[in-house]
Amino acid sequence: MADSASNDAFVEFDRVQKSYDGETLVVKDLNLSLPRGEFLTMLGPSGSGKTTCLMMLAGFETATHGDIRLGGTSINNIPPHKRGIGMVFQNYALFPHMTIAENLSFPLEVRKMGKSVREEKIKRALDMVEMGAFGGRRPAQLSGGQQQRIALARALVFEPELVLMDEPLGALDKQLREKMQFEITNLAHNLGITTVYVTHDQTEALTMSDRVAVFDDGRIQQLDPPDTLYENPQNSFVAQFIGENNTLEGVVKEINNGIAIVELDDGELIDCKPVHESVKPGARTRVSIRPERVEYNKDRIQEGAHTLKAEVKEFIYMGDIFRTRLSVAGNDEFVIKTRNAPDVERLTPGQQIEIGWLPDDCRALDA
Amino acid sequence: MTDATSQSGPVLAADGTPLKKSLARALRLQKTRALMLIAPLLVFVMVSFIFPIAKMLFKSVENEIVVETLPLTVAELQNWNAESGALPDEALYAAFVADMVVAIDAKRHTRLGTRLNYEHTGMSSLFRKSGRKIKKLDPAADGPFKEKLIDIDKKWGDVTTWAVIKTHSVKITNGYFLNAIDMQRTPEGAQAQPEDKRILIKLFQRTLFMSLMITVSCILLGYPVAWLLANLPARTANILMILVLLPFWTSLLVRTSAWKVMLQQQGVINEVLVWIGLVADDARLVMINNQFGTIVAMTHILLPFMILPMYSVMQTIQPTYLRAAKSMGATNWTAFWRVYFPLSVPGIGAGSILVFILAIGYYITPEIVGGTKGVFISNRIAYHISSSLNWGLAAALGTILLGVVLLLYWCYDKIVGIDNVKLG
Repeated sequence: MADSASNDAFVEFDRVQKSYDGETLVVKDLNLSLPRGEFLTMLGPSGSGKTTCLMMLAGFETATHGDIRLGGTSINNIPPHKRGIGMVFQNYALFPHMTIAENLSFPLEVRKMGKSVREEKIKRALDMVEMGAFGGRRPAQLSGGQQQRIALARALVFEPELVLMDEPLGALDKQLREKMQFEITNLAHNLGITTVYVTHDQTEALTMSDRVAVFDDGRIQQLDPPDTLYENPQNSFVAQFIGENNTLEGVVKEINNGIAIVELDDGELIDCKPVHESVKPGARTRVSIRPERVEYNKDRIQEGAHTLKAEVKEFIYMGDIFRTRLSVAGNDEFVIKTRNAPDVERLTPGQQIEIGWLPDDCRALDA
Repeated sequence: MTDATSQSGPVLAADGTPLKKSLARALRLQKTRALMLIAPLLVFVMVSFIFPIAKMLFKSVENEIVVETLPLTVAELQNWNAESGALPDEALYAAFVADMVVAIDAKRHTRLGTRLNYEHTGMSSLFRKSGRKIKKLDPAADGPFKEKLIDIDKKWGDVTTWAVIKTHSVKITNGYFLNAIDMQRTPEGAQAQPEDKRILIKLFQRTLFMSLMITVSCILLGYPVAWLLANLPARTANILMILVLLPFWTSLLVRTSAWKVMLQQQGVINEVLVWIGLVADDARLVMINNQFGTIVAMTHILLPFMILPMYSVMQTIQPTYLRAAKSMGATNWTAFWRVYFPLSVPGIGAGSILVFILAIGYYITPEIVGGTKGVFISNRIAYHISSSLNWGLAAALGTILLGVVLLLYWCYDKIVGIDNVKLG
């Protein structure tokens, strides 16, 4: 995580801190480096410091302590307009008094490019986002999705090596958002630009990114590719924040051969994989299990799985999956998801069943 | 397709009545209620605003007094040609005496004298003096009157006197408007006033020029303040806002008088400058009773009207626009000039219209600090309303002023577009 010495780092945060009021730190000791061409997402709840980090990188906020480097040189004292970083804003920030073509022409004009060069670049950028016919329109005449594309084209038209995006899809409806997620990722990879993307939507982060940095409380809680992040969360915050998650609380009894035995609060003993460094005999722990890794059909429970009794509280038919709420070891909010298949039994509330999961899917994290 | 839309002919409601009629009935109650709510204000505005203004506008062309007072004379004057240079014949003099005796009984002749005096000096005293003597004549028995009238006052033997009466005997006249633009109605048609009487055009030009200067100074002084108001943190902005609004809570006369204290030759500014030694004691600056004084005082008084619309427009300009501009490589200045300023223009437009229209009709401040060189056309209008009592001319001046404002408003709409004017 803190390999700030690596030579291929294009963007680097080195022990960066930020405080607005001189009393509390919004960003605490941030170390982050990303290589050229990477699509990195900063994910976190509001107030976690992710947007502040983006603004420091863009130059709109100054770091209280530490160094931010771009291509090996410190940019702490370089004003935003000299950093050459493209940026897409949450509300697009398209200039309402200019046409689309004028909007795109703006970054080229301030770079004193000739008219013919400008026109060519504008055309190429508009074609890239499939908006070639809209150059003469005003932003207010476009739909949200179209404005989004233009904002993207405008951030890319001057061919920056680094593009920052601050929750750019927040204002779009679900369908359009999914389409744009795909388009943005494709575009970023095809052009080979480095992208730092800020969002609080974990699905967006997982589907788009090469790596995701999960922010909370001014720190990066975990920085990993999406699959690692989802399957191997390093602490309970990440486990809770990424995807759906069941937690069972208890005390670690012993650790043997990489298996921790945890005594749940109702006395039940289960086998878990110790993950967090705080998991030691005698320590309290939170056990995390993904809903889709729990089975209740006897045939499907794999060998070596840990089984437990449960009572069905609620059974929701959701089309592709069944979502069942259970009472397990004193936790009434234990949720499992089962794919809708012909051989899967449909449960009724009050039914007593046996559920099972593999010890590897059951992760002992910090309390 | 539902049945209702596929049918030809009017769409029917469920009970068979046409839908339009049914809708109108449903809305009638709402409309009546709305009308009742605005009725008191509507009546008030009609009685106290629309009606007096319409009446005043009509006064600028209305001229029935001559025909009403001298009906027989006016009829006879049609047969007389002023350009011939010959005096009218006896019939006219007889008609005039007959008219005058009736008018004197009703004490209307002096009012006619005053009216004609606006056009030709001396008419007022002529009518008043002659009136006393004509009163003793009997229109049926004492003829012929031509010699007698010329005996009473030799001006009755002057062609000009009769020419003036004939020229202004029309019921609807353009005379006041011609006067308002430094011309006069003569038997030979519209002609320019003598050189020494031409002041009104100059006064119009000065009014427009000074209003423009005041508007420009308000823009220059108000823009930075509005920007600060819109961009400071809320607490500080509120304090600043109170400072901006403070003048609203102080009497207009007090503020104007304060400027008098500040600007006069023995005033605060001059005393300080003399004390520092920047200005010699015998060469104190003349800053009041001239255009400078009026512009300074009125800029101060009208400034809030510029700041408030600017502020409310600037408040709607999102800071991300500037950030976006900078992220694309624009310097602070370019970002301001290419992005922020164009977005704030609607505020400048709204403020400018407000200040300019208020300034062009301003009266009290120029009256107090304007002296003779710094007064506006409105002061002239006030003079004709309350001192010279030439309401026709005052109405004509007012109408022209209204026309100029509407014309400028129209030009503004053509150039900037009234849609671009926002108050927030």
